Amino acid sequence: MEDKFVLAGREFSSRFILGSGKFDLDLINAAVEHAGAEIITLALRRVNSFNGNILDHIPQGITLLPNTSGARNAEEAVKIARLARAAGCGEFIKIEVIHDSKYLLPDNYETAKACEMLANEGFIPLPYMYPDLYAARDMVNAGAAAIMPLAAPIGSNQGLATKQFIRILIEEIDLPIIVDAGIGKPSQACEAMEMGAAAVMANTAIATAGNIVDMAKAFKHAIIAGRTAYLAGTGRVLDRASASSPLTGFIQD
Amino acid sequence: MEQQRIDHMKYLPDMEILEDSDIGEQVVSRMKAYDYNKYTADDVKRALEAEYLSTEDFGALLSPAAEPFLEQMARRATIETGKHFGSSVCLFTPLYIANYCENYCIYCGFNCHNKIRRAKLDYDGIRREMEAIAKTGMEEILILTGESRKMSDVEYIGKACEIAHEYFKNVGIEVYPMNTDEYAYLHKCGADYVTVFQETYNSDKYETLHLAGHKRIFPYRLNAQERAIRGGMRGVAFAALLGLDDFRKDAYAVGTHAYLLQRKYPHAEISFSCPRLRPIINNDKINPKDVHERQLLQVMCAYRIFMPFAGLTISTRERAGFRDNVVGMCATKISAGVSTGIGSHTEEESKGDNQFEISDDRSLDEVCAAIRAKGLQPVLNDYVYIPE
Repeated sequence: MEDKFVLAGREFSSRFILGSGKFDLDLINAAVEHAGAEIITLALRRVNSFNGNILDHIPQGITLLPNTSGARNAEEAVKIARLARAAGCGEFIKIEVIHDSKYLLPDNYETAKACEMLANEGFIPLPYMYPDLYAARDMVNAGAAAIMPLAAPIGSNQGLATKQFIRILIEEIDLPIIVDAGIGKPSQACEAMEMGAAAVMANTAIATAGNIVDMAKAFKHAIIAGRTAYLAGTGRVLDRASASSPLTGFIQD
Repeated sequence: MEQQRIDHMKYLPDMEILEDSDIGEQVVSRMKAYDYNKYTADDVKRALEAEYLSTEDFGALLSPAAEPFLEQMARRATIETGKHFGSSVCLFTPLYIANYCENYCIYCGFNCHNKIRRAKLDYDGIRREMEAIAKTGMEEILILTGESRKMSDVEYIGKACEIAHEYFKNVGIEVYPMNTDEYAYLHKCGADYVTVFQETYNSDKYETLHLAGHKRIFPYRLNAQERAIRGGMRGVAFAALLGLDDFRKDAYAVGTHAYLLQRKYPHAEISFSCPRLRPIINNDKINPKDVHERQLLQVMCAYRIFMPFAGLTISTRERAGFRDNVVGMCATKISAGVSTGIGSHTEEESKGDNQFEISDDRSLDEVCAAIRAKGLQPVLNDYVYIPE
């Protein structure tokens, strides 16, 4: 059976979501081609900069996922989402509500509120959040289509700093868990996929690489490797060694 | 004849006092306590290794002990800029709409005793200038006036912001400091970013340079950014005019000021400017030697490493070669198509004289080409105005 990534009823072959915030637009095409990404996120505040021509910059067959970057509370996120819809970006909206200019950590409370308000307006909300189980449940109940926990502070390339908490979300939440922000190396993306993340999003790790095309390829392969390992179910074998002499070998009857 | 000077530490009537804030006092007292001679090479190395820098680390990077480490600072700064801004470089153009000034700042070409041609654009003139700038492709504008409440009142600036909002995606203002409600009004008119240069944080020196006018009141200017944030502005910019006083202490104060305000208002977008003195009209004597490019770069890298998420604007006062090289290393924003005269974007000859001589008069296209040549991406707008 073919392994598809299903997001709000839509099927994707690739589990790599490319962020574009730190990209030269001319390089997006190359990265998309070599990373095999089918979804690209883009801040509306950047969409805004192309006078409606942004779709010309996005390769054919790519789903654009606008985000509400710049919103400081739920109300602002809703206003930005409406602007994105008016600009022709569709119903998908990645919710980013940030009230801190230093670490750019998402505000879970406002994000959950925004989720509900946007779902009520017919959007498909994909909340970027700090991996907290209760907040994730609130977002699910509010109508989220996936949960996007951060691995580490955005742009930090620190990898899966929140690994144990993302693992809990993967176990407890029935929606796709997309690991977003902080992934710095292909090995970290692979690790996230191995533990059952539905997809990984990266931007800075590729944008700041010495060779963008090669790094895009490396991420593609790492994500496929991690997904394959997850499906193969080898994780438990790696977790615990099995003793060669069984502890219960003495039992006779 | 010696004129009676007003007390520079005493607020004038109508100036709002932030009774509940001590940020201004804290900045000044921390700056006074900052002794840059106490730092050693080890302190500098430790600061360069730290993942998150303390204000002590910042002090070390601004010290003379850090000068031999400029190359290492530039490398660390480049990494931080890449992490936080990627290949993006923002562009804007400043537009001077009036150069009337009520202040007597002895180093400034606009000061009220300087015999320069004064002018103020009417609304049609502002529109013509903005239209001409917008045609070049520019999407962000910074509106500047001389500091005269009489000649450029808040309503006039507000109207200029409204016109700007029609032509540009992002509107900033660099005008005289005002009260919270006035900032709130300008925010409603479409402005979201406020730049105020403190010039120097040394109040004793400040007093000897700003002899008359509203600007003479040191603490009112010092608290402008906090009032702007309270008025709903999204971002504020900080600067000292390096070279007016001890540039290391002033730079330390600028960083500390930004640091304390960011802690108190974590949502505020912070940015730095790094002006240093340039020759001005009718006064060739003022030509300080103390802040050379090396020191300027040290300050810029220190800002970047201390607050890696903050914006940093490089002014046209610097030569093209310097500007092009600091972009992507520590600077994240660069002006282009700059003319500091009044009406000079549409008139053959500007109506009012320049505030200072610029060193880089390249057009938007030329600056964009230089950015691309470095493998970076010119970004004309990275902002969305959220309507009420």
